[in-house]
Order: sequence, then C-alpha cells, then structure tokens
Amino acid sequence: MNNTLRILALAAAIAVLAGCKTKSNETPETPRASDPPPAAQAEPARGESWTDVTLLDTKPCLKARTVNFDFDQADVSGQFDEMIGCHAKWLQNNPGARLTLEGNADERGTREYNLGLGERRGNAVRDLLLAKGARSEQLTVVSYGEERPVCAESTDDCWARNRRADLVYTQRQ
Amino acid sequence: MRPLLILWLALLGLLLASPVLAQSQALVLPPITGREGATPIVIVPFAWQSASPQDPANDMASIIRSNLNRSGQFRSLDLDRIVEQPSQLDQVRWDIWKQQKQNYLVVGRVLDNPDATQRVEFQLANVLTGEQMLSLALQSRRGEERSVAHQISDLIYEKITGIRGAFWTRIAYVTATGLGNNIRYRLVVADSDGFNPQNIVQSNEPLMSPAWSPDGRRLAYVSFERGNSAIYIQEIATGARRLVSSFKGINGAPAFSPDGNRLALALSRTGNPEITILDLATNQFTQLTRNLAIDTEPVWMPDGRELLFTSDRGGRPQIYRVSADGGDAARVSFQGDYNARISVSADGQRWAMVQGNRNVYRIAVIDRKLNDTARIITDGRLDESPTFAPNGSMILYASREGVRGVLYAVSADGRVKQRLAYADGDVREPSWSPFRQR
Repeated sequence: MNNTLRILALAAAIAVLAGCKTKSNETPETPRASDPPPAAQAEPARGESWTDVTLLDTKPCLKARTVNFDFDQADVSGQFDEMIGCHAKWLQNNPGARLTLEGNADERGTREYNLGLGERRGNAVRDLLLAKGARSEQLTVVSYGEERPVCAESTDDCWARNRRADLVYTQRQ
Repeated sequence: MRPLLILWLALLGLLLASPVLAQSQALVLPPITGREGATPIVIVPFAWQSASPQDPANDMASIIRSNLNRSGQFRSLDLDRIVEQPSQLDQVRWDIWKQQKQNYLVVGRVLDNPDATQRVEFQLANVLTGEQMLSLALQSRRGEERSVAHQISDLIYEKITGIRGAFWTRIAYVTATGLGNNIRYRLVVADSDGFNPQNIVQSNEPLMSPAWSPDGRRLAYVSFERGNSAIYIQEIATGARRLVSSFKGINGAPAFSPDGNRLALALSRTGNPEITILDLATNQFTQLTRNLAIDTEPVWMPDGRELLFTSDRGGRPQIYRVSADGGDAARVSFQGDYNARISVSADGQRWAMVQGNRNVYRIAVIDRKLNDTARIITDGRLDESPTFAPNGSMILYASREGVRGVLYAVSADGRVKQRLAYADGDVREPSWSPFRQR
C-alpha cells in the first residue's frame, strides 16, 4: 500500500512536472523581437493597415505625392520628412510596390539642362526613400525637366509649383 | 451612331505617338519692313501669263520682298510705291527707280501652262548702271510657287552679297497645346518662313530637341512616349524611324556629327548626364566626359574633331570645349552668370548661346571674325534655343510672351526681328535645316 501510494505520488509528480515543462516551453525566457505581430494587431487602436491599399488614398502623408524645391536646388527640405517617411514605410510593407519619382524644373534656363536639374530632384527624393528603408528595385527616377508644367505663368508662384518631384505609384502593392 | 463615335474616339486615343506626315496649323507671321539703312531693292510684281487667274497667296514678288527684308540686309520697296510694273528689263525706265533711290531692281514673269507646269523667268539689274546681273528661268509646277520664290530669293541674295542664300531651307520646331498631363505635342517641319507645316510626330508625351542630319533627310529627337526620355532618328520623307537610345536615366540632346556618321548625346545612365558619342554604323557608345556635373547640349565644330557643350562642373552652367576623342574639357564662356545651349554656324565663325544674367535669359552671339566678345542680341526675359540659318546670317530662337511660347527670326547682327507665333498654343525648340543638297 505504501509502495502504490509512493508510485502514484511519483507518477503524479512526474505528470505535474511534465505539465510545468510544457508550460515553460510555451513561455520563452527572452522575448523574440524579430517576430512581427500579425498585421491586424499592429495598431489596433487606429485601425490602420500598412498593407491595405486604400490607406494610400486616405492617410494624409501617403496622399501627399509632391515634394517642392527651392530655385536651382535639389535639397529636400525637412518639411517633407514625414511624408517621405510614410512612403518609405509603405514601400517596406509592400515589397511589390513600385514608385516612379518624376523630377521637374521651372521654365527658366535651357530645356536639356533642366532635364538634368529635374533628375537631381528625383534622385534626391529617391536617396531619402532608400535611407528610410525602401529598396532600390522599387524606385525609378524619370526627369521631365520643364516639359510638364502644371501652370504657364512666368511668376514666382507658378515657378515654385513647377519645381517639384512627383511620386507616382506604378504598382501600389 | 454612338458606338461608332466611341470607336472613333478610341482609335484617336490609340494615336499615342504616331510618326505621321500630315498638315498642321501654320505659324503666323506679321508683315515685315526692311531695316532703315539696308540695301534698297525693288521687286516688281511678276507678270502672270495664264488662262487661269493667279492665286494671290502665291505672289512670288511678295514672298521675295519678305525674304529679303527678313534677312536684315535689304529693304524692299513697298508695293504701293512701285509705280510701274515692267516685266522685262527692256521695259524699265531707270530714272524712276533712281529717283526712288533704289540700288537694285528685279522683274519677272510666270508662264503658267494648262498642264500645270510653270516657267518662271526673272532678271536682276543694277539700277545705277542699268546693267543686267542675272537673267534666269526656273521650270516648276503649279503649287510650287513658294519654293520657286525662295530659290529666286537665294539667287538674288547670293549675287549681291556673295553669300549663299538660305531662304529655300526648312525649319523644325515643337508645338505644345494644353497643360499638365493633357498636353498634345507635335514635331513639325515647315519652310524657313513658317509656311507649309508638316507634322512629323504627334504625341501625348513630351517631344524635345529636334536635330537635322547633315543631308537634311532625317531628324533626331527626344520622345517620352516610352515613359522616359529616349532618342529616335526618323526619315522625314517616309516617317520610318529607329530607336537609338533608351537607357535608364536621361537620353537627351542629340546632335549629328558634320559627316552624319555619329550622334553626340547626353546620357545619365552612369548616374549623371555625360556627353556620349554614338557611332551610328556600329552602335558603339563612347563616353566623352567623366564627372559629377550635368554635362549636356553637345554641339559639333564643323571639322567634326571637337565639341562644345554645357556643363555646371564649375557651379553654374557654362560652355566647355572637348576633343571628340575625349580628354580634358576647357571652359570657353566668360561673360554672364549662366551660359548654355550653344549653337555654331555651319562655317564655325559665329556662336550663339543662351546667356543668363540674374535670371534674365537672352541670346548672345560671338562673331569670331571680329573678336571673342559675346554680344547680346535679344531682350529676354526667357529666350532660348538659338539656331543658325545654314549661311550664318540669321538666327531663329524661342521666347515667351505671357503664357505663350513664340519664335523669333533675327538677323545675326540683331538689327531685324520677326515674330512667328502658333495659333493653337506654344511653339518652341526651333532647328534650322542645312542647305538643300545641290
């Protein structure tokens, strides 16, 4: 009788220990940071999904598709940082996405030289996107120089609108 | 009815970029008076001998008068002061024209036949001596009146000035109608006075930088129809074309070498625009410049051994010179804070470029027979794309007036200017053809 009890107690103890062991397997000692949480749980409070294509048309920093430049400059001003960061994040989350950066210049100066200026602007935006996590195969730079103005007046205001890089998704996801 | 309309519209929509040879809207030129102090010449209206009435649009004497006035070197007597209309030299009363202070006189007749062939006879004489200088006849057909008038203008011009005339030549230019993503572009070839325009290419994407081959049979140009700049060479007569450059990045600024065997261009496939030479027979590309700047707008010197081009390697765009075999480039423009898009006359003696000074862009000309100082010959504020007539005596360039692009023809000394405008929108990027092959 004492032996049976002891065997039962031992079996019970083993069972409990076996159960504990299983439990400890399920709970890792150190958290594994490389596991991304499922998308649906990413930002549950805002209801935003970075693989939901409608976000491109609803989230303000993604709806914004134009970077403007100072005269004769191809430096990207800090005011476009958030917008470019958003597009970089979209590209990171959507590896199939393809973005063309169309560089433009205002009408002053010669046309072929302005193709070069437009390209510098497209390149500047491309380089920022790459730095923020986009992959180079996702990006193409095309310069239109002064050939595709959005306005025709010879005024500072119109010139400022034409000095731009346009972000054009040829593939959204 | 509706399905047909939709089908028709769809077919029109498919014409994304079509090489066509079709009529286009003409450039509008105001009448032009000769410059004070230029050589006075009277072109008497040509007598018309025919069973059918004359079409006033083809009045040859009027075309010749406009041509000579536009050159800046002649002042043709106004029609209302031509008090007599002899058609042969033996009918001329010289004292009338001496009183009018004319130096030269031209008379002529058009014999128009029922089979639509024409014989045009004309004579050029020196008023002061009464001496005949030219007596010639040209055979042609009805419908070729403008061509004949241009050829006669060339003969008169060359006889008096000793310089070959460039009236019987052509110009290529680009037109654009609309804004933003809805612009319709055309590459057009017309007579040197803007008449008889023919559409060479039409596209919904930009067209740029037309460049003539030395034999006048082909045009190289930049087209964005593939979604990026690319360079085509097209036969004007047939519309047949060949894609010669479509690398990643910029494919721009094509320029045929004087022997027609090579094409200089600007390619940015290496990361920034560099002057490159394409051998048209072997399809080999040879890169000429090597630096981080924008190098573009190459132009060949007449001996085909050197090129001039635009570079901003010094900070802002200036003109540089480099051997066609490559090597170091030397700066050649030293006035103004911006110099670009240089154009060289066929004999290499005159250079025209876009010069910017505090954001006002004008055409500057260097006459190397005089000295190396650039002379500003236009008013700006946004003048560009200078192109020489093949005899170097006139320059066509693009300018802006309000929201429109227009062209101007100006004599190389800057003294006479004529405006050419396109009724339907913008006109830009003129390129003057070489002489027609004799």
